[in-house]
Amino acid sequence: MSPIFYLLAALTIGGGLAAVLLKNLVHAALATTVAFAGLALLYLELDAQFAGFAQILVYIGAVAILIVFAILLTRGSDLPKDSVFSRTWAVGLVIAAAVFAVLAWAVLQSLRAVPQQMAVPAVTVHDIGNALVGRYVLPLEIVGLLLTAATVGAVIVAMHEKERPKP
Amino acid sequence: MATSPLFTHLDQIFILLCDWLVGFLPAALRPAAGVVLGVVAIVCLFPALFALTTVFERKGLGRIQNRLGPNRVGPFGLLQPIADGIKSLTKEDVVPLSANAAVHFLAPLVLVVAVFMGFAVLPMGRNMVLVDMDAGLLFFFAMGAATELSVFMAGWSSRNKYSLLGAMRAVAQMISYEVVLLLSSVAVVMISGSLSLPKIVDAQNTYTGIFPHWYIFTPWGLAGFVMYAIAATAETNRSPFDLPEGESELVAGYHTEYSGFKFALFFLGEYLAMFSISGLGTTLFLGGWSAPFSFLAFIPSWIWFFSKVMLSIFVFIWMRGTLPRLRQDQLMNFAWKFVLPFTLLNLFVTALWRFMGEGWLRWVVCSAILAAAYVLMGRIGMRSEHFGPRRYRYAE
Amino acid sequence: MTTPLAGYLLVAALLFAIGLAGALVRRNAILVLIGIELMLNAANLNLIAFWRFGPHPELLTGMMFAIFSIAVAAAEAAVGLGLVISIYRHTNSTDLDKMNRMKG
Repeated sequence: MSPIFYLLAALTIGGGLAAVLLKNLVHAALATTVAFAGLALLYLELDAQFAGFAQILVYIGAVAILIVFAILLTRGSDLPKDSVFSRTWAVGLVIAAAVFAVLAWAVLQSLRAVPQQMAVPAVTVHDIGNALVGRYVLPLEIVGLLLTAATVGAVIVAMHEKERPKP
Repeated sequence: MATSPLFTHLDQIFILLCDWLVGFLPAALRPAAGVVLGVVAIVCLFPALFALTTVFERKGLGRIQNRLGPNRVGPFGLLQPIADGIKSLTKEDVVPLSANAAVHFLAPLVLVVAVFMGFAVLPMGRNMVLVDMDAGLLFFFAMGAATELSVFMAGWSSRNKYSLLGAMRAVAQMISYEVVLLLSSVAVVMISGSLSLPKIVDAQNTYTGIFPHWYIFTPWGLAGFVMYAIAATAETNRSPFDLPEGESELVAGYHTEYSGFKFALFFLGEYLAMFSISGLGTTLFLGGWSAPFSFLAFIPSWIWFFSKVMLSIFVFIWMRGTLPRLRQDQLMNFAWKFVLPFTLLNLFVTALWRFMGEGWLRWVVCSAILAAAYVLMGRIGMRSEHFGPRRYRYAE
Repeated sequence: MTTPLAGYLLVAALLFAIGLAGALVRRNAILVLIGIELMLNAANLNLIAFWRFGPHPELLTGMMFAIFSIAVAAAEAAVGLGLVISIYRHTNSTDLDKMNRMKG
């Protein structure tokens, strides 16, 4: 396990923990951005350059900004009066711990079944482009439709309602 | 004459220098040392260019506004940046009491780091690119996207209504024009067939007779370049799109509460972003480091690259001195209702260009489509018919 | 020695659990959405790790899946945050503990 991997894993997990534990919402959003950046670097470590740069472009460049705008528009930057954790927080914690236990057990059990090292795949952006318009053209078109629907939907959902005429 | 050894050596002089310096180290350390040397060169060169540009900007703006610029410090005011640097280093660093200290401190750092990363993929001369990535253009835009977050961090952490307003305006503007920037570059990627910037320059480095095959000399390239230039001006918050930092409107926008060295870092970040976006524009549309005429190819490639970048900077300064500022709703309107549809049409015209085959017909058809679209959408469609009272829609 | 596959899978599992905990434990609706984004990212990491260490990386299945997942997650974040803003306008709060009745 190379030191770079430990560093990136620590960055990602640290960012994730900070995101769910911090009281100040904007700090939590910025910690999420750190987690996204750590993940992008992990993708680069896994030789998936296109996915890594797409992660930075989409998540840090768009989703993180979306989250902070939503926090600002819902006045989330003021500190809340009651606790930030819901009343049933213990149950949530137990469930999350149980999920992690099951997943970690599955991974450690299968250490012998899957190969743990492989040669670096020689993948160029050219291959990705060919795959996108060749084998994966249907998902590409559907994702285009989905994004259009999501854009129109988000605008309609978030728009002001027109004043209903008084009866 | 271009291939005589003297001129090839001049062309590759920085590569030869780097190899000679790195040759003193053992073989295992050489690649890393080469990269470090390249990084040091970029980190020293571009802030020096930034210093020079501040003087040119102030003198240029002064001349456009019929006054002399700074002319007291050094001959023709050329040592002004040194005076500015000393001033910004010795000023007191005021942080507001209620400001969010950690985020306030990190915002200029994130900006400068993200902008410096963009320089790693620009080919500044033949064989002179720091990292030749397969997806170099995508990396550049990813770094550009990271700068938006730092603008927001600066504005929010200052706990100041003007800063927050400036930051939100700046982020909205940058996001809108980021889409245009990406789409106008996609046209170039379609024709050159690669996301790697050195390959894009190689695709433009051919000549018919003495004229180069730069993409700006094609109808779709010209339209794409104009859209790219508009988007670049908006991305770097330069006039006429500088409402987020409009001095007469918002004090100083998102960097109101910054003083001393942090303000200098923001200033540096903005100008470096201008350099890197101009560098990308010259690589994509103006042929990168290739010479404008084939008989001028003996002049070193890095001289051509930097001249084109400085020419773009000069045009930025010229626009700042000449054009009035756009209002926020006008600039967003412009982005989504004219520039974006025109860029999408440009993509279609580029595809048409590629598949119509060589000859005069494709020039005529593509130019006709683009000109007709410009007249219809730009001249007729953007006229606002209503001059009545403005209707506001507030975000709540 | 390079990192084995199990290392990446454990990081992804941990991030998934953290995201799940965030979605279940916090009161604010936006933090629940942040938790969901973390879960989606953890799944993406799993996909890319299996693509890298799998038998046929030249088929690009894992990477394509991850890229489409990134696109879909961005769309879902947009709609979700639009909903949160709309709910805030209606009830003037983003506290999920208060939203326990169907009457608007």
